[in-house]
Amino acid sequence: MSEHRTPVSLRGLPADDPHLQGAARRPQLVERVLALSLLVGLALVVAFGACYWTNAAPWTLGATMGGGLFFLGVGLVGWGKYLMARGPFVEERHPLASTPEERDALAAALVERGGTLVKRRRVLGGLVGGGLGAFGIVALFPLLRSLGPLPKGTLFHTDWRAGSFAVDQTGRRIHVDDLAVGSVVTVFPEGTQNTDRGQAVDQTILIRISNEDFVTEPGRATWGPQGYIAYSKLCTHLGCPVGLYEQQLELLVCPCHQSMFNATNGAIPEFGPAPRPLPQLPLYIDAQGYVRAQSDYHQPVGPGFWERS
Amino acid sequence: MSGAVTTPRSRRQARGRYGRVSQVVTEIDERLGVARGGRTFLDKIFPDHWSFMLGEIVLYSFVVLLVTGVFLSLYYVPSSTVVTYHGSYLPLDGMPMSQAYASTVNLSFAVRAGLLMRQMHHWAADIFIGSMVVHMARVFFTGAFRKPRELNWTIGVTLLTLAIVNGFLGYSLPDDLVSGTGIRIAYSILLSIPVIGTYLAFWIFGGNFPGTVILERFFILHVLIVPLVMLGLVGAHLALLVRQKHTQFPGEGRREDNVVGSPMFPVFMAKTTGFLLIVTGVIALLGGFAQINPIWQFGPYEASRISYAVQPDWYMAFLDGALRIFPSWSFHSFGHTIPLEVTIPAVVLPGLLFGLAYAWPALERRVTKDDAIHHLLDRPSDRPRRTAAGAAVLALLAMLFVASSTDVIANFFHVSLNTVLWAMRVLVLVSPFVAYPIAYRIAKEMHQLHGAGRRKTPNVVTRTDEGEYRAEPAPAFGDDAEEPLAPTPVPDFIEAEPPAPPSRGTRAVER
Repeated sequence: MSEHRTPVSLRGLPADDPHLQGAARRPQLVERVLALSLLVGLALVVAFGACYWTNAAPWTLGATMGGGLFFLGVGLVGWGKYLMARGPFVEERHPLASTPEERDALAAALVERGGTLVKRRRVLGGLVGGGLGAFGIVALFPLLRSLGPLPKGTLFHTDWRAGSFAVDQTGRRIHVDDLAVGSVVTVFPEGTQNTDRGQAVDQTILIRISNEDFVTEPGRATWGPQGYIAYSKLCTHLGCPVGLYEQQLELLVCPCHQSMFNATNGAIPEFGPAPRPLPQLPLYIDAQGYVRAQSDYHQPVGPGFWERS
Repeated sequence: MSGAVTTPRSRRQARGRYGRVSQVVTEIDERLGVARGGRTFLDKIFPDHWSFMLGEIVLYSFVVLLVTGVFLSLYYVPSSTVVTYHGSYLPLDGMPMSQAYASTVNLSFAVRAGLLMRQMHHWAADIFIGSMVVHMARVFFTGAFRKPRELNWTIGVTLLTLAIVNGFLGYSLPDDLVSGTGIRIAYSILLSIPVIGTYLAFWIFGGNFPGTVILERFFILHVLIVPLVMLGLVGAHLALLVRQKHTQFPGEGRREDNVVGSPMFPVFMAKTTGFLLIVTGVIALLGGFAQINPIWQFGPYEASRISYAVQPDWYMAFLDGALRIFPSWSFHSFGHTIPLEVTIPAVVLPGLLFGLAYAWPALERRVTKDDAIHHLLDRPSDRPRRTAAGAAVLALLAMLFVASSTDVIANFFHVSLNTVLWAMRVLVLVSPFVAYPIAYRIAKEMHQLHGAGRRKTPNVVTRTDEGEYRAEPAPAFGDDAEEPLAPTPVPDFIEAEPPAPPSRGTRAVER
């Protein structure tokens, strides 16, 4: 009696059916190439372990791990593509939609049960809806309001006060003899130079120009004593530090989006997307020759926002 | 009792035809009832086309992101507390820096395989979003988003948005000079939103920039909240794919009501698992050989310092480009400011682009009045207007991408920045209107071209004795001589090969 009885079913394929053969024309050769790829992959994965064990250079880790996985993957893909049943196989795509009766049944349950059971108790329905709705709104408070303070006026002021000493990043007060003509230094109001807020909000660029009685704009006659003028270092476009000074053209340049401000002309924007001049800090030189602020900036520093007039 | 004596053979028979596998299947099926569904799943057909692989790249780079990300999260410290660095990277020795930056430098140099993992993570993120965009383009140009797949398109666009956001959050975490400037810009963009902008910015950052909580918040968003949502959406994306079955290109034996391709087991499983290994391998090779985001060269973030000629990661570049070339139009009136120079390029523009992506299936249905269910894909040339619209948007995005390097271009080609700026403004505005008609014409002509998209066969030109020339298509290539097979259902069983005829001199003994 034969072991190879044909089972009784309509969906079988004989083992030698071309659909079940691989796509490779020379299976033996393909098998050898794939075996080689898998072997190289295996060797490299082991080498990865060895590289890790010996704490070898990072690139050897990447090379062995990447190469190992790559060759293992090539072997597996090749096996599936060239040696496994090439098909093509087909399956039916049955419509996803239910029958109209089934849809009606669902709609009926929603409308009839909903209509008769819920509408009859309108007050209860309203209370449930109102309660959940109110909770939804109230829940926004811990979710949003607790996240941070209200802006209030904090965007309108910096820490510069009347009489604040201008200090550099190390905290050294700037003396009138410190800066050569044509040079710049980033200054902060004394005491804030190491704070996040001082760094982010109060940063100011101090320039010394050759003209000792220079007036940047009408009404700012006393703001730039002995050629020292100071502008907020926050770009009015997006708040990047205006970190570059082009000495020849006397331009302050923001490297983020290339806004350029004319240092001798009230820092009006000459080029780029910045819409406003950099605010100028009124300065004076005290009796000891230290550079100090007459007051805070007269307008908000940095980028624009809704509440800014 | 006949079962008193057990022999290996009787045990084998008791297990049924498929031995131990039958036993395991029975044990599981009695408890969970998986046999029928499991069999259907193994028979599931996946159509074969190279472009269906793009989504797999997305999925597998996501897997790499999750695994390498878990590794990194064990060593990264999300804290802006200032510490003094004394680690193995000597150029930074003794410098004050945030713990976040110090821990990132540390995991790059002091943790074994840390640098590889960090670079793999960054490369995987760039590849993840890149392959996502290409996959999205494939779905768009072939009309795979049409009914019944609009929901999956919506999930896909949401995934792209979340991926871009999470990419930004991720590269902000090291708190280096370059990424810190990026956070500053993000804060200013929030500020620029009319009416609610300052409140949003203060709530997200816990106060005025930089605040003290932003790294912690970005960290939890980057490693938990956003990935969790994305994981759920990826699951839904794949579940819908299984439920609705994959689309296929029209062709021999392929109809709206069938799927032709390879079965899940073993063919597709072998190919896709192999592809997972290849994608991971390529990312590991990149991580090992191609340096990416060397934060130790940038230095720690200080709000008053800035680096020069820096661009964000590639998927944010279109926003940076738009910010660079938009004119300085600020609106001041009624005691309020709307910084249009920021709001329009950085809030309105991405809103419009993503809004268009979300709305596209509905828009197209409204225009074409096509309410039918589609499982067969279009070739891009079949739908010239859709193809042209897609090309126009891609051209716009490409030009915005280029515009994010205006300063680098000006330096490299020694042209004035002003020239580059104006050239980019013109190119950005003009490119969609140039790309549209060109793509439209190409699609139209390809559509009329007989046999476009098929492999060409040569013509054999012969000269007759009278001097007359005659061109006739050559017989198919030797390679193609094999007739393509008609698709067949996955067999329920495979009949064993007939036994080899016994060779002479041996006797088959039947037992």
